[in-house]
Amino acid sequence: MTIYYSEDHEWVNVTDKTGTVGISEYAQKALGDIVFVELPEVGDEFSKGDEVAVVESVKAASEIYSLVSGEITEVNGELETNASLVNSSAEEDGWFFKIEISDDSELDDLMDADGYKKFIAGLE
Amino acid sequence: MLNKQGRPTGNEAAANAGNTGFQSYTGAKGLDQPELLIYEIGNTNHTGVDLPEVEDFETRLGGLERDQEIGLAGLSEPEAMRHYTRLSRKNYAIDMGLYPLGSCTMKHNPRLNEKVARFAGLSDIHPLQPISTVQGALDVIDTLAHWLKTLTGMPAVTMSPKAGAHGELCGLMAIRAALAAKGDERSIVLTPESAHGTNPATAALCGYKVKAIPATTEGRVDLEAMKEALGPDVAAIMVTNPNTCGLFEREILEMADAVHAVGGYFYCDGANFNAIVGKVRPGDLGVDAMHINLHKTFSTPHGGGGPGAGPVVLSEALAPFAPIPYVLAGDDAFDIVEHDVEGGQSFGRMTAFHGQMGMFTRALAYMMSHGSDGLARVAEDSVLNANYVLASLKDVMSASFDGPCMHEALFDDRFLKDTGVSTLDFAKAMIDEGYHPMTMYFPLVVHGAMLIEPTESESKQSVDQFIGMMRHLVKAAKDGELERFSGAPYNAPLKRLDETAAARDPILRWQAPE
Repeated sequence: MTIYYSEDHEWVNVTDKTGTVGISEYAQKALGDIVFVELPEVGDEFSKGDEVAVVESVKAASEIYSLVSGEITEVNGELETNASLVNSSAEEDGWFFKIEISDDSELDDLMDADGYKKFIAGLE
Repeated sequence: MLNKQGRPTGNEAAANAGNTGFQSYTGAKGLDQPELLIYEIGNTNHTGVDLPEVEDFETRLGGLERDQEIGLAGLSEPEAMRHYTRLSRKNYAIDMGLYPLGSCTMKHNPRLNEKVARFAGLSDIHPLQPISTVQGALDVIDTLAHWLKTLTGMPAVTMSPKAGAHGELCGLMAIRAALAAKGDERSIVLTPESAHGTNPATAALCGYKVKAIPATTEGRVDLEAMKEALGPDVAAIMVTNPNTCGLFEREILEMADAVHAVGGYFYCDGANFNAIVGKVRPGDLGVDAMHINLHKTFSTPHGGGGPGAGPVVLSEALAPFAPIPYVLAGDDAFDIVEHDVEGGQSFGRMTAFHGQMGMFTRALAYMMSHGSDGLARVAEDSVLNANYVLASLKDVMSASFDGPCMHEALFDDRFLKDTGVSTLDFAKAMIDEGYHPMTMYFPLVVHGAMLIEPTESESKQSVDQFIGMMRHLVKAAKDGELERFSGAPYNAPLKRLDETAAARDPILRWQAPE
């Protein structure tokens, strides 16, 4: 199980070929109270960089871009009725979806936890 | 003999009353009356009008009669009248005070406009009347079109778009039609980061991909970045001038040349035309299409007070693609062209009829009462007022960019750093001071934006009062009076609303009180 982060403040937690995707603690704080999450459907296929979900807070609506290419295998249905889960537990219970990763090498462009920590420290 | 029975008139009586802070029976605080929803005032068993019972009624609806009560409350005319009048007293309006909503140009709506708009020959007419009976109205439209073309230096105008964003749609549809006519379909529209949200939305609605152009540290479009993004697949650039930072885009001629060089078109968002009307003609800047918000620059009521109107001026290149219908001035009479000429290139029809007639009459009344010299003074005074606000506040607030502004002054939230007060809190505290807040958190290119547009309507006394109020609030924030901001508004009919709960658990239908 390895976690990777992107500069757009998304994370993907990889076990074998499956990646669990969400937004970072930093992102949920920046977005403020999250009121709605639009999720993809199981079976949808995305290429790296495609718009895959939308997260809406009282401040703004933001697109979530796919960090990797692959097929959606599961979505976090809990978010449909309780979007605030992303605020209370961004990097655990507030995950968005699981994706079957088709190309491992796409993970190489992402940061590890330490690298991301340094990255957000640089933003403040 | 001296009459001692009259009512007391002096302050002595009020002083002797000495009763403060009590709860009234009705919940009213004097003239500030609480108001229920209309469903809660009336009663579904009551009716506001007495009609005789119908006897021997035979239905002809063939079984489609309503089988339940409709459930609407019956109110008498005075009940209904009072309900809406009371609600209107809780609202803020340009007729009540300075309305500094940046990029919205909330200027005074002169009463002369209203008088003219109510002339029977202009108001009591119908779009389907015979053309011969509405010649005066068509003359108004044609004269207004002439003024718009003259003020913008553009050869053509289409009057039918109903608002600014509708005008943007019209302009982009004309651009798309012009490209299609050349067999040169393109897929990208460029908008600056500081653009009104409607610009990228319009482009997306027209099927274009939107690419954002970054701003320079000066708050203007980064010309070099724009040139890099331009290419054979770019249909248009959409630029607002002056832009939403309240700054004139000095390199606008270079932008126009650059987009024309790659075969694209230049759409100008005319939302901020008030700053340059009578001073700068967009046609001279290389603009191909621009909407004009009659409800901003030309003083027709808006923002809950009335509909918008967004005529679009077009360059020679785009004019053939303008939508129908349009007014044609013949030798003897005006006509409305409802169908494109044989072999014509109009992209079609956007509205059933010919635009917002009531706004046309008001806008033309405004133009003619000001004259072209008066309209230039409008631009001058709007810029003067905004710069007076900027100069009077920049020592205590943080102006986002150096130098003078155009018609609106942009501040960001650096001056609130470490006070615990956010732009939102500050805006809410302005409500307690009796003002409509400025535009906040827009444009997105600065942090915690506060965009103030006083317009030319305000006297120096009025702007001074506003400046004094703002300085007072800044001092309170810096003095640590946090509570005053975090819970504001305290004096409004409704207190701070829970936006999160409203978005997470919206109640979209009226529910009877338990």
